[in-house]
Amino acid sequence: MTSSMKNVSLFLGMAVLIAITGHLNSWNYALTIVNFGLISAIMALGVNLQWGFAGLFNIGVMGFVALGGLATVILSMPPTEGAFAAGGLRVFGGLALGAATIIAAIKVRRSMAPGRRRTIILLAVLIGGFFIFRWVFDAGVDAIESINPASTGYLGGINTGGKDRGWMTLLAWPIGGLLAAGAAWVIGKTALGLRSDYLAIATLGISEIIIAVMKNEDWLARGVKNVSGIPRPVAYEVELQQDQDFLQRAGDIGLDPVMASTLYVKLSYSFLFLIVLITLLILAELALKSPWGRMMRAIRDNEDAAEAMGKDVKGRHLQIFILGSAICGIAGAMLTTVEGQLTPTSYQPLRFTFLIWVMVIVGGSGNNFGSILGGMFIMWLWLIAPEAGTWIVQTITSPLAEDHWLRLHLLGSVAHMRLMTMGAIMLLVLRFRPNGLIPER
Amino acid sequence: MDALNALVAFANFVFIPGLAYGAQLAMGALGVTLIYGILRFSNFAHGDTMAFGTMVTILLTWGLQSLGISFGPLPTALLALPFAIGITGLFLLGTDRVIYKFYRAQKVKPVILVIVAMGVMFVYNGIVRFIIGPDDIGFRDGVSRLISPREFKEWSGLAEGLGLRTTTVITLVTAFIAMALLFWFLNKTRTGKSMRAFSDNEDLALLSGINPERVVMVTWMIVAALATTAGVLYGLDKSFKAFTYFQLLLPIFAAAIVGGLGSPQGAIAGGFVIAFSEVTVTYAWKKVYNYLVPEAWETTSLLQLLSTDYKFAVSFGILIIVLLFKPTGIFKGQSV
Repeated sequence: MTSSMKNVSLFLGMAVLIAITGHLNSWNYALTIVNFGLISAIMALGVNLQWGFAGLFNIGVMGFVALGGLATVILSMPPTEGAFAAGGLRVFGGLALGAATIIAAIKVRRSMAPGRRRTIILLAVLIGGFFIFRWVFDAGVDAIESINPASTGYLGGINTGGKDRGWMTLLAWPIGGLLAAGAAWVIGKTALGLRSDYLAIATLGISEIIIAVMKNEDWLARGVKNVSGIPRPVAYEVELQQDQDFLQRAGDIGLDPVMASTLYVKLSYSFLFLIVLITLLILAELALKSPWGRMMRAIRDNEDAAEAMGKDVKGRHLQIFILGSAICGIAGAMLTTVEGQLTPTSYQPLRFTFLIWVMVIVGGSGNNFGSILGGMFIMWLWLIAPEAGTWIVQTITSPLAEDHWLRLHLLGSVAHMRLMTMGAIMLLVLRFRPNGLIPER
Repeated sequence: MDALNALVAFANFVFIPGLAYGAQLAMGALGVTLIYGILRFSNFAHGDTMAFGTMVTILLTWGLQSLGISFGPLPTALLALPFAIGITGLFLLGTDRVIYKFYRAQKVKPVILVIVAMGVMFVYNGIVRFIIGPDDIGFRDGVSRLISPREFKEWSGLAEGLGLRTTTVITLVTAFIAMALLFWFLNKTRTGKSMRAFSDNEDLALLSGINPERVVMVTWMIVAALATTAGVLYGLDKSFKAFTYFQLLLPIFAAAIVGGLGSPQGAIAGGFVIAFSEVTVTYAWKKVYNYLVPEAWETTSLLQLLSTDYKFAVSFGILIIVLLFKPTGIFKGQSV
């Protein structure tokens, strides 16, 4: 069997798995898995770009995903009335002053000769700047957060049309990518020159900080109070169920209106996600086959040799780090769109950073198709694991009494078994098939 | 008098908590730094190793308590600790045999080992949550305070109280003993010396007949002891929760890197640097400030530089500053 035949059959196998899930459980559930699988596949593409092409060890995926989610809120929520007038200027003025402080400090450090004088001036700039920043910023924050805190209490987005302009949410996807790219630029500028595991710690730290900011800065996106009811780019089930034309067609295929409308909404999302995934896949494949892609792999395989050939290793690393992070940001915006709400507490590193890594490793690092397969497969496993686990535990412990403590404990802890499963799969693949399901060509 | 009050408030809210937290971080960072020095990779499963060791301790503590055994005024967990260290050590050795040994024999790049450690992290995390659950668990018993703030106030006549919790003293004493033992072992014993030789120059160490597998085995045992003790001390001081231990990874790595990866002295220094910066930056200085300044200058603002939710940002900020200006850390560490 040729390798391309094998790859096609792997993807067919994946489709069969989803079809079986749809048959045994429900098609609605199968489509949920498909949608989350597509989003995960995009995240895996982003990580694969960084790790597979360039050997950059980024374990801050969660932060970029969360920034994408933030972009969705900013772009698609209606602005809170009076919030900007109350404290917007102070907040943004404060942030600008904070940025100015850092720039001034860098300028001072660059332009003055090292010595005690420089240290004192540097400290004065930083400390003074910090207090001015807090003085301007805090009052603005208080003003914004006091506007109807139970339902808003934040700046809101820029979508003045609200629900009627659901397409604004689509705009959030590229903007989410840009936001993540901006963050990646800052991180890359500071941390990319460092060794691989330092970059790992730096990205891990940044992602925790991004989540901390989203949890605590209520003026930005309501913090842990969550933003819900984000306008959709696709139809609403309730509206579909009142649409005579739609009901007619649903009746023709023999589906009841509720089922038909949920399936329709999910399929619309699948369609949109598939467009994004295919576009990104084509771009990534073209990039990989271009001279640029060959240069990237050359740098990955031997940095010194590539540098000796006159390649700008640091610059290229920064470039691909930004690109990969931007893809994670796009996927993050899509995730918040399909969930319809932003819940900062749901961003867990195991789920949004390390699980993506499992996808890339299992799928095959350095191969875009592998990442997509890994993303779909691991997401499928992750989502069905609790239910499958319950079933397995019930079967194994069936000889025990209904209320036996071991049986009850096992059933209660089934949810944690999937962490073990993911780790075990990753370790098995690393050991016995280190190149993944679809190896790099 | 006011200056005294300020001093007491500072000691009670900043210095003593910082000292205890620093000792806990230092113990964690020592484990990370030893693995880095001997096995040459960043062990991302270290937070979960701590969680595993603490979990075993908690289970043993419950067992002892149900038998009616207690440690008098001290927490029962301290009785369980040595046994838990043994079990955790065997568990780590098993992990090494099943997983890491294969890659060591192949001499893979360190970054591959880090990815392997990521898989191990998932498994450990799952095991801990599977056995003991994801919830907060307190397992402290015995006397809770050596000095209560109220008694201190009555005794001294000051407005500020100084409290001294048993766990703080236990943390400091245990950490001191553990560190003293570690340095004695590394500097005075034959095995310890062979470990340092292996860390400094692997080829030369092999050439002089040091058995690498033995060095690795001893390292894992020491790491088990350090990680379990660090986890138990942290859990006694605060409480045990699987996710919190996973998150400790960031300050622990920050401490190890700030001190210089691979350097035990550095890990201890780094632990205290990170702990004191976290506490000082997130403490509301209003009380101390108001005691120190004349009445006219008193303030109602909290004087808190950053809210406590940003404590990760502090360790991270220090980490970045050190990485940018002194990439090998305070004490010169290794770089692979």
